[in-house]
Amino acid sequence: MQAFEYVSPATKQDAVKLLAGAGAESAVLAGGTDLLSLMKDYVIAPKRVVNIKSIKELQGIRYDSRRGLKLGVLTTLDQLLADKKIKQEYSSLWQAAQGVRSPQIQNMGTVGGDLCQRPRCWYYRNGYGLLAMQNGKSMVLEGDNRYHAILGNTGPAYFVNASSLAPALIALGSRLKIFGPDGAREVDLQDFYLIPTKQGEREYKLAAAEIVTDILVPPASRRNNATYEVRQKEALDWPLAAAAVALQMDGSRVKTARVVLGHVAPIPWRAPQAEKFLAGKTIGEDVAERAGEAAVTGARPLSGNKYKIRLARVAVKRAILRATGTEV
Amino acid sequence: MPEYYWPEEGKRSLIGKRHSRLDGPAKVSGKARYAYDTNRPGMLFGKGLRCPHAHARITKLDTSAAKKMPGVKAVRVVQDVGSEIHFALDEIVFLAAVTEEIATDAIRAIKVEYEVLPHFVTEEQRDKAPEAKPAEEEVTGEPNAAMEAADVKVEGYYGIVPIAHCCLEAHGQVCEWEDEQNMTTWCSTQNVSGMPAQFAEKLNIPASNVRAVTQYMGGGFGSKFSADRWGIECAELAREAGAPVKLMLERDAEMTVAGDRPSAYARIQLGAKRDGTLTAWVSESWGSGGVGGRGAPPLPYIFQVPNRRHQHTAVRTNRAGARAWRAPRHPQACHLTMGVLEDLAAELRMDPLDLFLKNVSIMGPRAKTFEEELKKAAELMEWKKKWHPRGDSGSGRVKRGLGLAMHTWGGRAHRSNCELLVYPDGSVEAKLGSQDLGTGTRTVIAIVLAETFGVPLAAVKVNIGDSRYPASGASGGSTTVGGVSSSTRRAALNALEQLFAKVAPDLGVSPDQLEAVEGRIQVKGNSGKNLSWKQATAKIGVNPISVTGANPGVGKLNDSGVGGVQMADVSVDVETGLVKINKMVAVQDCGLIIDLKTAESQVYGALIMGIAYALSEEKIVDPVTGRILNANMEFYKLPGVGDIGELVVHMMKGRRYDERGVIGLGEPPVISPGAAIGNAVANAIGVRVPYLPATPDRVLSALEKGGMA
Amino acid sequence: MGKEKKVDKGGSNLSRRDFLRGSTAGALSTGLLSGRAMGGAAEAAVDVQILGPEPLPMMLRINGKTHRMKLEPRVTLLDALRNHLDLTGAKKVCDRATCGACTVILNGKPAYACTVLAIEAQGKEIQTIEGLASGEELHPMQAAFIENDAQQCGFCTPGFVMACKAFLDQNPNPSREDIEKGLGGNLCRCGTYVGIRQAVLDVARAGKGGEGNA
Ligand SMILES: Cc1cc2nc3c(=O)[nH]c(=O)nc-3n(C[C@@H](O)[C@@H](O)[C@H](O)COP(=O)(O)OP(=O)(O)OC[C@H]3O[C@@H](n4cnc5c(N)ncnc54)[C@H](O)[C@@H]3O)c2cc1C
Ligand code: FES
Ligand code: FES
Repeated sequence: MQAFEYVSPATKQDAVKLLAGAGAESAVLAGGTDLLSLMKDYVIAPKRVVNIKSIKELQGIRYDSRRGLKLGVLTTLDQLLADKKIKQEYSSLWQAAQGVRSPQIQNMGTVGGDLCQRPRCWYYRNGYGLLAMQNGKSMVLEGDNRYHAILGNTGPAYFVNASSLAPALIALGSRLKIFGPDGAREVDLQDFYLIPTKQGEREYKLAAAEIVTDILVPPASRRNNATYEVRQKEALDWPLAAAAVALQMDGSRVKTARVVLGHVAPIPWRAPQAEKFLAGKTIGEDVAERAGEAAVTGARPLSGNKYKIRLARVAVKRAILRATGTEV
Repeated sequence: MPEYYWPEEGKRSLIGKRHSRLDGPAKVSGKARYAYDTNRPGMLFGKGLRCPHAHARITKLDTSAAKKMPGVKAVRVVQDVGSEIHFALDEIVFLAAVTEEIATDAIRAIKVEYEVLPHFVTEEQRDKAPEAKPAEEEVTGEPNAAMEAADVKVEGYYGIVPIAHCCLEAHGQVCEWEDEQNMTTWCSTQNVSGMPAQFAEKLNIPASNVRAVTQYMGGGFGSKFSADRWGIECAELAREAGAPVKLMLERDAEMTVAGDRPSAYARIQLGAKRDGTLTAWVSESWGSGGVGGRGAPPLPYIFQVPNRRHQHTAVRTNRAGARAWRAPRHPQACHLTMGVLEDLAAELRMDPLDLFLKNVSIMGPRAKTFEEELKKAAELMEWKKKWHPRGDSGSGRVKRGLGLAMHTWGGRAHRSNCELLVYPDGSVEAKLGSQDLGTGTRTVIAIVLAETFGVPLAAVKVNIGDSRYPASGASGGSTTVGGVSSSTRRAALNALEQLFAKVAPDLGVSPDQLEAVEGRIQVKGNSGKNLSWKQATAKIGVNPISVTGANPGVGKLNDSGVGGVQMADVSVDVETGLVKINKMVAVQDCGLIIDLKTAESQVYGALIMGIAYALSEEKIVDPVTGRILNANMEFYKLPGVGDIGELVVHMMKGRRYDERGVIGLGEPPVISPGAAIGNAVANAIGVRVPYLPATPDRVLSALEKGGMA
Repeated sequence: MGKEKKVDKGGSNLSRRDFLRGSTAGALSTGLLSGRAMGGAAEAAVDVQILGPEPLPMMLRINGKTHRMKLEPRVTLLDALRNHLDLTGAKKVCDRATCGACTVILNGKPAYACTVLAIEAQGKEIQTIEGLASGEELHPMQAAFIENDAQQCGFCTPGFVMACKAFLDQNPNPSREDIEKGLGGNLCRCGTYVGIRQAVLDVARAGKGGEGNA
């Protein structure tokens, strides 16, 4: 880890100023469970680290029946898991947080950090850059890509977005509040993420001195929602594929659906075909199965990750079944 | 000279019972100091610069900026301009600085350039290998004719990918010079007594001037016998800087260069009679142990099929050299052999347990024990109740299946010397240049001493882990327990002989009429006539009794050759390809057991390590860069507490085993789990997943190829 | 440990704070700052201490005792414990928040010491394995680890003991399944999980009224 200067402001205004002061050479520190590893691996080497954990207004879970849930970015995964409201009504979010199977990470990691964590692509982490380009070609294609993208992978980005919470939050229609030198702005979480198209681009839209401050989740309004992740280990491990769904029901039929895949594309992957397919259907094993198939429309395997297409399909199917109360 | 023997069952008060390990309190309280935990006054921190390419030549190297950095005390170029590097993360420069942070900065300040050369790391495609050495073909009987004549034939392809040792304590050491000629190293080694000579030769000082200390070590599994280049360089840095240096490998280096279990791939044909009698075996195997290219699995494993032909090809790759990994070559051979046997059983629609039992006669000298173990394991697994023919596992998405495998290992006791002192106040102290890898060596020595003297465990003191103590062998090949228990027993009996001679006059009998039991020296058959241990030792005089014991030596205290049978019960989700362990049974013999508790722990641990290489751990070797992409603990997947299912361990005990003496146990039980689990998966899903680990991608691909997905 | 004395180019940290204050009042030009901290006009208005990158005095509360030392901001809590305070019970294995060997309890909750900066751990109650036993009397979890032989080489053991203790504090009455799901943040290479599972169950049962061993 390269030496840095450290500062722990008490307000978001100060934080933003301090970040701006160091330009691109600063980094936001929340729980640090990703940031410190990035720094130890010299993937990034900021000269200034701005710890945002002393900023009180970024903490706390608030609920309002009209506006829904407001999560301060500093909410840790274990605080999220301890919240009864979230467990009952935003179960997709709760289940996703529970998937991060380490009490230590749950205690340390924040929801903001989870959304802003960088990809775990091993080329990226080994210092070959986010797009892993070598002689104008991505190393991922001829390298080992067993954990890489099957969707949104027309290139040059082949990594997968690592956040487990993002699919659930997008399925629930969440928005982000962001604060920066020009004041506050709000963005649909889904639009926050983007697939980089050239070197130097990041996988989410955040200016250098901006910080995410809150996550706004609309009222669950009895939407049936669930997450299903395919993980190899019971112990801390990354999902091979995951899906979050939120179903607005009309009696026994689906009125509208949101289906979002995780860990399969450079961004949390909305699956409009599956959503369209589900509208008007009564959920059963068969419908769920076919929704899974629709969700991976356009999936394109790389040399070593064809199995992930199947896993994504299964994740969607099981998330739908779980959302409608079938134990999977 | 006394007679050397182990007490028989009714006469043992400690041997064979369950004892908690003596160093437990030190370990659970964080007081146990490992090499990594050694902090010396004025100690510097060492770091290495490593080559990111799997094959390259150094074209430029400039360490001047690093040398100039304040706090950097010594810089050593290990491989200079012009050197050819043969595997990724090989070391180029080592340096030492006053803090770990400065050492890290200094490494970054070194300028180095390489000419990148072509590498080869994908040995499964051996036809593409630039260098592959087929060994001599081994032929017995008439394999071609027998295969031709066989009623049934199966042909299969099996593979097991390279894995790392992944010792939690990385390789490394602290080195400190007392003066220009004398050095101490606190090192993480399986070979305390062997360290001085290895260091001395390279450092150009007498071996007698090197002291190696290893009180605790955080895992070796066969990878920590050598001083290694980083050890020598650490010593040189310390010499140059005039201060102690700690140099431990970083995790990525630990995973990349400090341990590699060779891969193995094989095409095997097996022929049998309709009743399951094996008649013909034809196989070719290949694999890689990295730059050394070693690692031929002994095929066929255990089953000496009467007509057989085998040839192995060692493929050289640009990976760091192989190191012995717990039971070298056996887990591979076991997976390959048990795999094709299970496939044959499936072809015959026969229960593999029956197939194995049918062929007991070709299982070699320990066939009878194997037969008993097969039956015992079957009983503990309820095999006959639970087994179903391959693939008959219902229509649900979760399929359950059973698999079995068996293994053998030598485990002959190594050379060991024990120095023993019995003091006039009754205290007892043993010294051996051995080491406790976590197997319970310390505890075993104490049990033998206490048993022999008839005193409580707490009354004896065991000193190990220091090369100043009498030499004992390296802990490898499951040789330690036999070695140290035998040398200790001999020393203790020698001491008793002297003690008996001192106290016999007081008790009015000849020394050979005495025995040591329950804290007393008493006349055999007359417990009323005795002296307490304290009274007896008080007669020693001023100087303690000082004796030694050695192994090998007179009397049958140890043997070699053990076996075991393991069975696995797994569930496979055929939609996701995920395999879960429901239960595993391990039945194991190892002669006379000294400490049942730590012996069982070895087997539990082996099962878990086996589950790891059967289902999740592997070195992911990148064809593009030649690097290990998962040289971390995140994607090098080790199972956790929740990934192991129910484990049942049964140790074979009783006179027949006891009278063989002590035999090592560290390695054998890790041989079978992969094969047993692989077979259980095949039984569950109806097709063979050729590779270990059986990860979801591989399971799904096998299902697809088998037309089942 | 023979650390080099470093010259504090930018003056002491305190004076820097004052300096920043001063600049808020517009008394000084921020240009003076830029040599050291890339400060721009916006930053000048910030009333907060920028620390490091040079070593600075820190204070850590560990096992009820206060320790003072000088560290760079980049030093992790684990390195502070091991390299500066000679508290080597917490181990460095992955150094990347994966294996749990470095687990300590921070304000009552388990955390990976390798992934917390020492500077951030100031003001928190830090409990390490060294502070678990009271004198020679082992904590029940430690005793249960010994009884169940939940250790072989022992390198993962301190981290596991801390994780198990913290787990039971939160879940006093766990099922085997809870244990399997709740201890996913620690890894052992020697394979001691059977003993660990049983150790946690034993302590839980004893806590419930001494039903004894399973
Ligand atoms: C072994 C391992 C396994 C894991 N498994 C999973 C998993 O399965 N699923 C999963 O989702 N996560 C997983 N994690 C990632 C885990 O780090 C996150 O879940 C955690 O929540 C990140 O939060 P943090 O506060 O520690 O982030 P930090 O490390 O503090 O920050 C992460 C990144 O986000 C930036 N950042 C943080 N907060 C803000 C903010 N408010 N505004 C702007 N930028 C910000 C930081 O600058 C940094 O770049 C795993 C981590 C490890 C080490
Ligand atoms: S060393 Fe901290 S989690 Fe592994
Ligand atoms: S006991 Fe060796 S790693 Fe756990």
